[in-house]
Amino acid sequence: MTIDAHKLTVVTGAENDPAARLRKRVFSVLAHALLIGASILMLYPLLWLLAASFKPENEIFMSGIWPSISWDIESYFRGWNAMRVSFSVFFMNSFVIAFLCVVGNLIACSMAAYAFARLQFKGRNFWFAMMLMTLMLPGQVTLIPQYVLFRDLGWVNTILPLVAPKFLAVDAFFVFLMVQFFRGIPRELDEAAMMDGAGPWRIYWKIMLPLSIPVLVTAAIFTFIWTWDDFFAPLIYLNRMQDYTVMLGLRTFVDSTGESDFGGLFAMSVLSIVPIFVFFLLFQRLLIEGIATTGMKR
Amino acid sequence: MAVNAADAAVHTAASGTTKWSRAWQSHAPGYLFLLPWFIGFFGLTIGPIISSFYLSFTDFDLLTSPEWVGTANYVRMFTADRAFAQSMQVTFTFVLFSVPLKLAFALAIAILLNRGMKGLPLYRAVFYLPSLLGASVAIAILWRQIFAGDGLVNQFLANFGIDGPSWISNPRYSLWTLIILSVWQFGSPMIIFLAGLRQIPQDMYEAASLDGASKWRQFWKITLPLLTPVVFFNAIIQTIEAFKSFTPAFIISNGTGSPINSTLFYTLYLYNEAFSYFRMGYASALAWFLLLLIGCFTAFSFLTSKYWVHYDD
Repeated sequence: MTIDAHKLTVVTGAENDPAARLRKRVFSVLAHALLIGASILMLYPLLWLLAASFKPENEIFMSGIWPSISWDIESYFRGWNAMRVSFSVFFMNSFVIAFLCVVGNLIACSMAAYAFARLQFKGRNFWFAMMLMTLMLPGQVTLIPQYVLFRDLGWVNTILPLVAPKFLAVDAFFVFLMVQFFRGIPRELDEAAMMDGAGPWRIYWKIMLPLSIPVLVTAAIFTFIWTWDDFFAPLIYLNRMQDYTVMLGLRTFVDSTGESDFGGLFAMSVLSIVPIFVFFLLFQRLLIEGIATTGMKR
Repeated sequence: MAVNAADAAVHTAASGTTKWSRAWQSHAPGYLFLLPWFIGFFGLTIGPIISSFYLSFTDFDLLTSPEWVGTANYVRMFTADRAFAQSMQVTFTFVLFSVPLKLAFALAIAILLNRGMKGLPLYRAVFYLPSLLGASVAIAILWRQIFAGDGLVNQFLANFGIDGPSWISNPRYSLWTLIILSVWQFGSPMIIFLAGLRQIPQDMYEAASLDGASKWRQFWKITLPLLTPVVFFNAIIQTIEAFKSFTPAFIISNGTGSPINSTLFYTLYLYNEAFSYFRMGYASALAWFLLLLIGCFTAFSFLTSKYWVHYDD
């Protein structure tokens, strides 16, 4: 009550005082100017890359910092086939790996999250704490023994070392994200289903998953983007050019022709981030909400 | 498959009456749902951690079996390895500058955006995009170009008659180009700050302004204290990320940490020891030391957090 009254006076006070209104206007204009300036600074490198990829090779560095727009797609054709193996192969490899990682993460992480969020079993809190600890773990500590393990399994130079771990819920971040989401689903729903004789598998499959589409989509997109971007694991496990991902292909491009064919390099760089950009455009809100919830207390 | 077994377990156990079957009925589904995670946790996390601890006391080249050398690897790290010392210095410089700068930008922009700015979704998207793309090889390639001798920055400076150096290949500046790249990706902590700011009750500010507190005072007395849990979270996540950073340094320096080891990140050094020189034992010791560093940092942060992180419960 009292607070409402205060609000009223504050609001009306500001409305009636022309000096305060002016101050607010000035502040707002300044803030927008600042934000627009910052936005331009943030986007400028990306826009420059895009513009440079559409320029004839000899004009890239002559055009100054505000390159004029031209639509010469020559660099794209040249870059695509610049190496022994074309980028079609790299893109195909990257898509297959990313797709399988998405499937693995969705299945394994949601199962683990369901157990942590809903099922009662001995040691649940202990294992949950363990899972959270792995979030902090630097991957380098497990790197060498994992490499030895995968080598002994004969998995080096296959996509299995990149994909198989995802089916074992090693991405604790997504388990955590899903646990938080599952906890928000009303328990009455599973209790009612349990009354009707549904077991945990039915509840997981028929109730939890259908109600969790937003978090599943978020996890799928982040998995796709991070796998797509991943450079370290492919660098270690994939040594034959026909197995390379797009990121490895780009790196080889830099090493082999990079200094002589900037146009092709920039064109392929642009293409390599197009899938991420498309996901960003389509699912921006989900991604931002996904990031936002990780920082909140449960 | 495992999950069908979980259902079956529940149903068969329902008819049984022994203590064991009742225990099975109540605990088994949980463990069965966790089965993939357990296999991963023990097979790909705990097992390898222990195994790499063992390897850190050996000489191991991947081809012949590991040979026990006691603490020789650790002794070498701290007494005879200049590159190790250099990589520590590079990594700590990177962490100490990139994390606070990134968080400062993230917080400043978040506060600006939180005042009910028009066009918030658009600004938020623009600022977030770089942190989504930033880890990519393409961006590292772009960065090489921006800070090259004939790159964008120098073309810009040339307008003012300044003849800039090649930032990438000058050891005095090369690390700074990577710090700038990291700060450029302030979007994801910014999103988390925004979510945190939104949870601060508005009436606190109204009460404060009635008491005549200036905006500046309100920031220090209300916003920042109430936001400390989020600051804490962001600081930990970003610090660990910074310690683990690899791709940009690898691409920008052609995998070598050049010029004269000025971008020799710890992770880059470890990678080269392991996969260029096949000193797996030594690399394991490096990895364990990194684990120790991150562990100490995290423990220290949590222990000191009660003195500066404000929890309302």
